[in-house]
Amino acid sequence: MKHTITVLVENKFGAFDRVATMFSGKGFNIHSISIGETEISEISRMTIVTEGDDKIMDQVVKQLNRLIDTLKVVDLTGINHIKRELALITVNYQKGSMEEIKNISDIFRGKIVDINNKTMMLEITGPPEKIDAAVNVLAPFGIKEMARSGSVALRRGEQIKALKKEYITN
Amino acid sequence: MKETKLILSGADIFFECLKREGVEVIFGYPGGAVLKIYEKLYDIDWLNHVLVRHEQGAAHMAEGYAKATGKVGVVLVTSGPGATNTVTGIADAYMDSVPIVVFTGQVPSHLIGNDAFQEADIVGITRPITKHNFLVRDVKELASTIKKAFFIASTGRPGPVVVDIPKDVVLAECEFEYPEEVFIRGYKPTFKGHHNQIKKAAELIQDAKKPLLYVGGGVIMSGGSKELELLAKENNLPVAMTLQGLGAFPGTDTLSLGMLGMHGTYWANQAINNCDLLVSLGARFDDRVTGKTDTFATKAYKIHVDIDPTCIDKNVVVDLPIVGDVKHVIAELVTEITKKPQIDKWWEQINQWRAECPLSYEKDDGKLRTEYIIEKLSEKTNGNAIIVSDVGQHQMWIAQYYKYNHPRSNLTSGGLGTMGFSVPASIGAAFGMKDRPVISISGDGGFQMNIQELITAKAYNVPVKFIIINNSFLGMVRQWQELFHKEKYSFTDLSKGNPDFVKVGEAFGIESYSAESPAEVDDLLNKILIVNDRPVLAEFRVEKEDLVFPMVPSGKSISEMLIKRLNPNRMV
Repeated sequence: MKHTITVLVENKFGAFDRVATMFSGKGFNIHSISIGETEISEISRMTIVTEGDDKIMDQVVKQLNRLIDTLKVVDLTGINHIKRELALITVNYQKGSMEEIKNISDIFRGKIVDINNKTMMLEITGPPEKIDAAVNVLAPFGIKEMARSGSVALRRGEQIKALKKEYITN
Repeated sequence: MKETKLILSGADIFFECLKREGVEVIFGYPGGAVLKIYEKLYDIDWLNHVLVRHEQGAAHMAEGYAKATGKVGVVLVTSGPGATNTVTGIADAYMDSVPIVVFTGQVPSHLIGNDAFQEADIVGITRPITKHNFLVRDVKELASTIKKAFFIASTGRPGPVVVDIPKDVVLAECEFEYPEEVFIRGYKPTFKGHHNQIKKAAELIQDAKKPLLYVGGGVIMSGGSKELELLAKENNLPVAMTLQGLGAFPGTDTLSLGMLGMHGTYWANQAINNCDLLVSLGARFDDRVTGKTDTFATKAYKIHVDIDPTCIDKNVVVDLPIVGDVKHVIAELVTEITKKPQIDKWWEQINQWRAECPLSYEKDDGKLRTEYIIEKLSEKTNGNAIIVSDVGQHQMWIAQYYKYNHPRSNLTSGGLGTMGFSVPASIGAAFGMKDRPVISISGDGGFQMNIQELITAKAYNVPVKFIIINNSFLGMVRQWQELFHKEKYSFTDLSKGNPDFVKVGEAFGIESYSAESPAEVDDLLNKILIVNDRPVLAEFRVEKEDLVFPMVPSGKSISEMLIKRLNPNRMV
């Protein structure tokens, strides 16, 4: 089963590598991994989508916690959360298909962000499943290139306050 | 009045920090990136720098020192090859949770990434084999980084820490201030075990019919041997130890079942199979202990005490985890247990197994066997020596036949299984422990893997007794070839390629002896054991085709032990 894990790490040289090294060294799967700053500049948030049974997930969380540069690890499975991914998709179009692609983009609340006489680039955000669906529908037109950001996720609710209290000092 | 702060160079700060950490000895080798540090070292008299002959030796010496004393072992090497040569030692320390700090020189900051001369990304290389590592990017961070390095290495589950220091950081200057305390917000090992869990464990021990203590190296590392003795003796509990746990409890005590696992005693393994309560103390359910995990201690309720949460449920799922410092948890257990468990029947059963299948070896054929040498050594030293074994058959025979009476006496590479560990690690141990004999025991294969460090022992007149168990084979590999690989002795016969070890020892300036019959063992052991002011070497030419028994074949259940040679062509 897929799990989304959110990890707060020190925004330091090598912190990302430590997490990636741990995953490969222990033979854990990574479906996607994304990292970026949080509201506190010296702390970054990683969102990792991984897969495994309960025993493996237990180890993933423990091994992440064990790293010196990780501050907080939460497996979001079973926790109310919002998850989003961004995809940039360049598709081929012909005269007849342009309108159709535009419609698909609208249905997925996407945007056309670039166009030339052969291809157009769509920007779509949403839960990863929605991106999967969009990719499936767009595939028959011929996807020339695609970039997906990997998921980012946050718990709903009081999360932000808790984070600040714990980590803002020092 | 305002205190004037010292302005110091990185090199000076380095030594000021070591002084404040109470470092007495470092193991090192100079080179380009650490020249400034060595320039300062030239005039320092409070620190003993041991010049090794290969950086791997330095890392194992630091391990030997740390394992014997409980203090942090310190290594200083240059960049590039100096740093990469320490990698095996670092990996070894990581697997066996040995607190060492390895300082590596690095090329100047502005050259990092340029493929500069003697550049290696040692922080990247050692990331998966260190508890943590640092690249010091600014001299202002040097003191606090060193403080953190010692703190991380020695607290929680101990382990190796690498501190990579670029040359320009060593040369730069700043105000020196050594932090009194360390605060690392992402690192807070759980020290105190959960009280209710401990209470529950105590109740379970009281009510158990067939309890068993499964003791690992964590008990020794936490300094919990006294507490363990109390727990076992007050409650009459049987104690089985892992390879790293040997010494945590006196091997001569009747409560000791000796070692468990692949080459453990029959009765310890039977006890594992049949116990109804397994109390794991500072052990990690390693595959060499458990064999096939789904058949391991299936009848037992399992309690697991460990300071490292990742060890819990990693290999074997347990019923009652207690995360905390094992010494303190045991102490709490002792006070919580109010009534002695009634286990006389259990002891009868264990003693029956003990009588059924004792450790034994052929004594009457006149051949010299390692078991005999170790048994003699154990007698002569009363189990009080520090035995630094290498890896292989002799290591297992030592584990079976040497009756350790003290913690921090059994120094061996258990996790990584590093051949070549013993020679340097014993030298490191001897720098830390002056009041007990230090005996290095290697096979003829492993001895040659760090043979260069003999001269380090000679140069400092370190009183290590180097014993070589020479069967002219890579014995353990040969054993597996005989038992599981169709008797194809592929590249394990060293008889044509071995040097004359007595001449080797003498060439290094070490008085050296050799023996090849059981009758000579007594005299030769006496001869080397009285030497206490210099190294001495003894080679024992032993039976070539001896096998270590009992043995649980790899991946099999520990109930499927081989007790003796079953191949009729090769029956002993």
